[in-house]
Amino acid sequence: MFARGLKRKCVGHEEDVEGALAGLKTVSSYSLQRQSLLDMSLVKLQLCHMLVEPNLCRSVLIANTVRQIQEEMTQDGTWRTVAPQAAGRAPLDRLVSTEILCRAAWEQEGAHPAPGLGDGHTQGPVSDLCPVTSVQAPRHPQSSVWEMGGPRENRGSFHKSLDQIFETLETKNPSCMEELFSDVDSPYYDLDTVLTGMMGGARPGPCEGLEGLAPATPGPSSSCKSDLGELDHVVEILVET
Amino acid sequence: MIPGIGTLTQDTLWCFSQVKGTIEIGTTEADIISTVEFNHTGELLATGDKGGRVVIFQREQESKNQVHRRGEYNVYSTFQSHEPEFDYLKSLEIEEKINKIRWLPQQNAAYFLLSTNDKTVKLWKVSERDKRPEGYNLKDEEGRLRDPATITTLRVPVLRPMDLMVEATPRRVFANAHTYHINSISVNSDYETYMSADDLRINLWNFEITNQSFNIVDIKPANMEELTEVITAAEFHPHHCNTFVYSSSKGTIRLCDMRASALCDRHTKFFEEPEDPSNRSFFSEIISSISDVKFSHSGRYIMTRDYLTVKVWDLNMENRPIETYQVHDYLRSKLCSLYENDCIFDKFECVWNGSDSVIMTGSYNNFFRMFDRNTKRDVTLEASRENSKPRAILKPRKVCVGGKRRKDEISVDSLDFSKKILHTAWHPSENIIAVAATNNLYIFQDKVN
Repeated sequence: MFARGLKRKCVGHEEDVEGALAGLKTVSSYSLQRQSLLDMSLVKLQLCHMLVEPNLCRSVLIANTVRQIQEEMTQDGTWRTVAPQAAGRAPLDRLVSTEILCRAAWEQEGAHPAPGLGDGHTQGPVSDLCPVTSVQAPRHPQSSVWEMGGPRENRGSFHKSLDQIFETLETKNPSCMEELFSDVDSPYYDLDTVLTGMMGGARPGPCEGLEGLAPATPGPSSSCKSDLGELDHVVEILVET
Repeated sequence: MIPGIGTLTQDTLWCFSQVKGTIEIGTTEADIISTVEFNHTGELLATGDKGGRVVIFQREQESKNQVHRRGEYNVYSTFQSHEPEFDYLKSLEIEEKINKIRWLPQQNAAYFLLSTNDKTVKLWKVSERDKRPEGYNLKDEEGRLRDPATITTLRVPVLRPMDLMVEATPRRVFANAHTYHINSISVNSDYETYMSADDLRINLWNFEITNQSFNIVDIKPANMEELTEVITAAEFHPHHCNTFVYSSSKGTIRLCDMRASALCDRHTKFFEEPEDPSNRSFFSEIISSISDVKFSHSGRYIMTRDYLTVKVWDLNMENRPIETYQVHDYLRSKLCSLYENDCIFDKFECVWNGSDSVIMTGSYNNFFRMFDRNTKRDVTLEASRENSKPRAILKPRKVCVGGKRRKDEISVDSLDFSKKILHTAWHPSENIIAVAATNNLYIFQDKVN
């Protein structure tokens, strides 16, 4: 139908577009994978603070992985700074460093009063603990993500800072991010949900793994038990301080 | 020498000898074997499990009648080494799982071993009793005290034979010296001291003193937020009592000399292989983390195990290993999935044979691998109940990476990652190996011609 020259031109143009699309796809697929690896790692770190006594080697390796991803994303320019309401807080690179994420209660004080509380996130036991942790608790000089006794109470705050990061990153790449996190709600941070996803066995791809972390209803008895355990633990820590 | 078996004629043929443990499908976690160790003569084989128990097997005397069965291992002693504890300060449980067992060289009729969980090292004495004193004056035959007023004569108690009884008693408890989890213990060649290593510190103990230990390595940063590297394994040199090595989660090995300073924070030698830029990924550091380090019997070499390889290093060359063996390189493309299911953090151990000519390490699907350093040949074998007929020769296994799968090969995607062989041991002088497959202990021997 078309003249030969025109047809060729169309084909050539299509090829160019396809090539460009393919290039974009590769880039965005890498970003997607990298992002899901980052999320997986953050969840693993969070999980490790909930276990009996975290394996320090594993935690260090995961934290280093998170740092690597963060560095690369910073170089890419895909890592933007948080909104100025965080003024007075530590600079960006510390915001998303794993230590901050796991220990965010002290960073949150003053400048950022527990946003996770009022907005109706039904986190169950963890949200009950939030008021405790967002009180202006004096900063433990020794406490950090690696100290065993410290991190447990920060689960609520961890949720908050993770939330901020997701907010930040969502504006980057609206389409794929929204897809990835569309069903990531408060239950995402529910331990049982996460455990269901994580312990589900080997999955072929990182993105699929992330889908596997979609919310599921946890058993009531398990959360009750963990309620009491956490509350005891938090009380003990408070008494110490 | 049967062609077609899969091994070349000069290689050792391995046969099934024994398997210990239950066949039940529902394994209790407490039965999972967490460490295996032959003693210095190979007469005893100790295992520790997640439930804190130690089981010692003893090799029976070889009988002239059964030439084909070279001394079987039978249970000699079983005892509860560690109990679960609760750290009230941190509200955390301390697992009773036995992380390591190390034997002391035998110096008298009794056997001594060190066993450790995450926090406490214990010295156990295992001794035999085959005589019993009888004829006490102050006690009757049941052990009840007699009223001294009723005693009219005196007699000398005599030792009478009794059924052999093996008893294990804790002789020393070395506690409260580790804030982090103990991953290694190593007996020094002076037989007077030993070291225990946790994630950030290494302590030196004297066997006689339990309320004190010397800290010889401390890599804890002043600010814990700066922590990026932990100690993963440590061992004393087999002959030089002043020398030890420790490995790290960044794939490095440091050799230290205790004569240099009290705190060996500055290494004498630093072993690290430069990174291959073409293989770089987000998982590079994790897979470079060393899970085990072992001196050769000669003391000239060290062997390290990381996630995908085993490396042999010459103590005189720090900049790269002299040998690298691929354990399961087909997993390299699966690292993301293995990260997701946490398998990438599995800590495999590695062992030398008695002559340092062959090295062995475990893999998944109950496979374990042996590498002959001289012939450069390697073999993959499987510890499974199917191959458990007495003296059955183990058939080499092969993992097919892609394309056509031949008969008897197994594809990477069919591997069972829950069946991992983390702990193996090699008899100090003979070709007898012990392989721990979850809750079962397999003993294999080379074929007796």
